[in-house]
Amino acid sequence: MREVAVIGIGKTAFGAFADRDLRSLAVEAGLACLADANVSPSKVEAFYLGNFAGPSFVGQNHLAPYIAGAMGVEHVPCTRFEAACASSGSAFFHAVSSVAAGMYDLVLVGGVEKMTSQSTPKVTEILAGAGDMSGEGRAGATFPALFAMIARRHMYQYGTTREQLAAVAVKNHSNGAKNPQAHMRKIITMEQALNGKPIADPLTVYDCSLVSDGAAAVLICPLERASEFTSKPVVVRGIAQTSDHVALDEKDDITTFRAVKEAAQKAYKMAGVTASDIQFAELHDCFTIAEIVATEDLGFVEKGSGGPYVLEGKTCLRGERPINTSGGLKSKGHPVGATGVAQICDVVLQIRGDAGERQIARHDLGLAQNLGGSGATAVVTVLGAA
Amino acid sequence: MKGVIYTETTVFAPPEQFAADAPYQLVIVALEDGKRLTARILGDRVAIGDAVELAESRNNIAFFHKI
Repeated sequence: MREVAVIGIGKTAFGAFADRDLRSLAVEAGLACLADANVSPSKVEAFYLGNFAGPSFVGQNHLAPYIAGAMGVEHVPCTRFEAACASSGSAFFHAVSSVAAGMYDLVLVGGVEKMTSQSTPKVTEILAGAGDMSGEGRAGATFPALFAMIARRHMYQYGTTREQLAAVAVKNHSNGAKNPQAHMRKIITMEQALNGKPIADPLTVYDCSLVSDGAAAVLICPLERASEFTSKPVVVRGIAQTSDHVALDEKDDITTFRAVKEAAQKAYKMAGVTASDIQFAELHDCFTIAEIVATEDLGFVEKGSGGPYVLEGKTCLRGERPINTSGGLKSKGHPVGATGVAQICDVVLQIRGDAGERQIARHDLGLAQNLGGSGATAVVTVLGAA
Repeated sequence: MKGVIYTETTVFAPPEQFAADAPYQLVIVALEDGKRLTARILGDRVAIGDAVELAESRNNIAFFHKI
């Protein structure tokens, strides 16, 4: 297997953009990424796209060639990947696999979602389709409800508190306020976070990530060719995608994401590292509880200790292991199909030392964790300086 | 059908088709046969550990109530 490097990154701002359509967002991110690596669209050998629900949100199918053609990426394999909120993490995993295997040298990976043209109840309904619509969905489960039930059980088994959940939101908004491309660049207080409008008890509006429009892209190639395109290649040291039951009520223990745990073990093994070596991470905080559970499943802390870990400030920008320096899904925004690739962009930015006001001191080895549904798909990627 | 509440939430922001029902309590019940079922609650609110039994099924949704 060949080692693979990320040689270009590009993102749109995340937000609610009434005047932008899905394709224009994806094209903007893709072209920014190609410009970052100084590669012309005609050199791209394949396009992998992550998108969760374009057909439902905007009524457009056949998205990969639709977007690629508008970028000038033509006559090459263009494929859309759907794995709920891990759609572009999955696209990235498969793109890396194909470059590692020697199928292609230059592969563009994109992720996009255009969500804000639908009403909140309609968005809630479309997102619920990432769960089991013949079971939990039929009973009235929403994604906030599924993660609220995870939170309730985590509180019951481990004594996790509302303050600990709120600490995730406060931290991520503090980071996102420093990110010029974030959707909600606003600092929130602990008091605000605790007194938000209830969405699904115990989660309030401040425990939930944002409904956003946006796109992200990365360009990858074999490490041996990376110096042709950039002086700062970032190496994919380890990567794994795993899966679990789609329905929450079919999982043995809902306080853990088994798929994340297994993906992390595989990715660590491939990278030749352990959890303690990871200096910083972009984690899938679709809901505050999800970041807490992820810190446990990735082995950053023992099971049940994720709540105190964030409340004590260990994961803040100047903490021992900064988490979601981008602002996370909570503040940066969560255009679901774009999130996995956006996380890779944000880890690459830190490793290059280009994160500006958000730049952290130890930034040689970072991790991205992308989650689909209530844990049915997980992608974990370990990225390092070349 | 009887069981014990494994976890629960109250949904305030429902999907479009359940707008008229909100707020409603949604639970996962650990049934006596070892399986789990996502269901709704009729009547008094329940907490983790509460014993419940099936009250009725409506539109393919199981409604439990506290014993």
